[in-house]
Amino acid sequence: MCIHNILSVGLTAILSLGCGNLWAGETIDRQEPTHRYGIGQAATDQEIQAWNIDVAPTGEGLPPGQGTAQEGAALFASRCAACHGATGQEGPKDRLVGGAGTLAGQQPIKTIGSYWPYATTLYDYIHRAMPFSAPQSLSPNEVYSVVAWLLHQNGIIAKDLVLNAQSLPTISMPNRHGFVQDPRPDVPKP
Amino acid sequence: MTRRLETDEPAGDERRPEEEGASLLNRRSLLAGAASMVGTIVLKSMTGSAEAATPVAPDDPTRVPGKIPSPYGQRSAFETATRKLRAQSASLTPLQDSHGILTPSALHFERHHNGVPTINPTHHRLLVHGLVDQPWTFTVDDLKRFPAVSRLAFIECSGNSAIEWRGPTGKTVQETHGLTSTSEWTGVALKTLLREVGASPEASWMLAEGSDAAAMTRSLPLSSVLDEALVCYAQNGEPLRPEQGYPLRLVIPGWEGNTCIKWLRRLKLGRAPFMTREETSHYTDLMPDGTARQFTMIMEAKSVITSPSGGQRIQPGFLEIRGLAWSGRGRITEVEVSVDGGRSWQRAALQDPVLPKCHTRFYLPWRWSGEDVILQSRCQDETGYRQPDHASLVAVRGTNSFYHYNAIQSWQIAADGHVSHVHP
Repeated sequence: MCIHNILSVGLTAILSLGCGNLWAGETIDRQEPTHRYGIGQAATDQEIQAWNIDVAPTGEGLPPGQGTAQEGAALFASRCAACHGATGQEGPKDRLVGGAGTLAGQQPIKTIGSYWPYATTLYDYIHRAMPFSAPQSLSPNEVYSVVAWLLHQNGIIAKDLVLNAQSLPTISMPNRHGFVQDPRPDVPKP
Repeated sequence: MTRRLETDEPAGDERRPEEEGASLLNRRSLLAGAASMVGTIVLKSMTGSAEAATPVAPDDPTRVPGKIPSPYGQRSAFETATRKLRAQSASLTPLQDSHGILTPSALHFERHHNGVPTINPTHHRLLVHGLVDQPWTFTVDDLKRFPAVSRLAFIECSGNSAIEWRGPTGKTVQETHGLTSTSEWTGVALKTLLREVGASPEASWMLAEGSDAAAMTRSLPLSSVLDEALVCYAQNGEPLRPEQGYPLRLVIPGWEGNTCIKWLRRLKLGRAPFMTREETSHYTDLMPDGTARQFTMIMEAKSVITSPSGGQRIQPGFLEIRGLAWSGRGRITEVEVSVDGGRSWQRAALQDPVLPKCHTRFYLPWRWSGEDVILQSRCQDETGYRQPDHASLVAVRGTNSFYHYNAIQSWQIAADGHVSHVHP
């Protein structure tokens, strides 16, 4: 910031102070500069790669690798079943399998098969946050395999379908069109 | 309790020489006091109830020198209000013990998705990338160099009162409404940061990601958050509490708490929502027809009487009805209180300051005659939105949407003065 700019910002602040009524709770607008502050550092490629783990519905962000439900079965049993049950339905944590046709009922069962709109979200979430006790510990092949097993358990893909960065975004989820925009305020006034 | 007594006792060798002369008598008194306190603790320990040890105070505090200053203050040992833990992932603010509009940082509600991470602030970075001129990182110290912005704002979990859809469930106001708290948040405006990195005009959504073991993520529509979102490093005048996102959190005033990403490490600009688990399978509101509302960010206007409230017992005679009201759409303009189960309403007084997207304290003087009555409050915000009653809310949303329950709360006062939660 050059001296001229510092002076003009300072002058604006003083003028504003003179006009504003602080005690009435008015705020004084602080002018944004016309240039950047020049704070921070350019991110390196390594820094971006280490954290850029999100996977979009388009498949953007999916890594190389692959897996099938057959390969995922043993992995689910050893790394996931303790919390989600042997078939993904028993809990004690979130139920992952089943629930088709229950969403409009009195006791809806929200699972991957009945509720999740995108298969890509499975990859994103399992990789970033699961297993609960060791998040981000699964390799890409392991994540693809567990995703495949879960989709197969829900009757969405065949047991031998190979999931990878190309095939996963093409999986059509049963509840893909089950979501609507927020219409609130929605309750009529009394 | 034991720890407090140990750490608060002044150590003689830490005293400065000029204090020594004046402190001989004091120290003797302190030692005597300490001895009696230790005696109390030992006695309690022997009976196996050290936790319940009552603090000791002299009969006449004007005859005993008090404690010397301490580096970091503690509340009185006689005060016991605490957060109530809910499972492993949440704790609730004791609203029944709250005064004014601010929540002490130590009592701000918690909700986290895989624990509170321990983060060294000197190693922490905020990465801003995606549709920007140049991907950029900021240290916490970098962020403190930008013009600072402070704002009082409530943060409410979208699951606050979620147990109430099917009928009265929570027994106290802490259980029914304790997932809302208000702090002064200080940080740098999001728009300042996005200008600094040269956000592309094509960017319309922003992914915010935390550095916790859930790497918690939400997609946020830029046009809606740009005016008010803050990247915060401070809460109530000091660095954020670890459970509130230390060293950095996003604060979006008026939006559901889970959008205010804690332990913020990454902002990524894109053209579409990223459709993370937290905005698809979670934090979506299931309607009676089986569709689900998505990106339901705003916390609508809500109020609750915090005193008298569930679990308390009142005496006949004068008391002041006290409560909190708030709206994610702006200022609270009116709070009304009913002492007859909603048949008639009186306007409550609003305590200044009445700030947008902030807890607002209301009061109504009252005299309880000892009859069985039902107390309620309802509020209106500056958009004209009125807090609904339970039946009207359920008529539209059914009972399975879980999030965003904001119906009128009813407290019944029985003839014996006990207050309990009812649906009239």
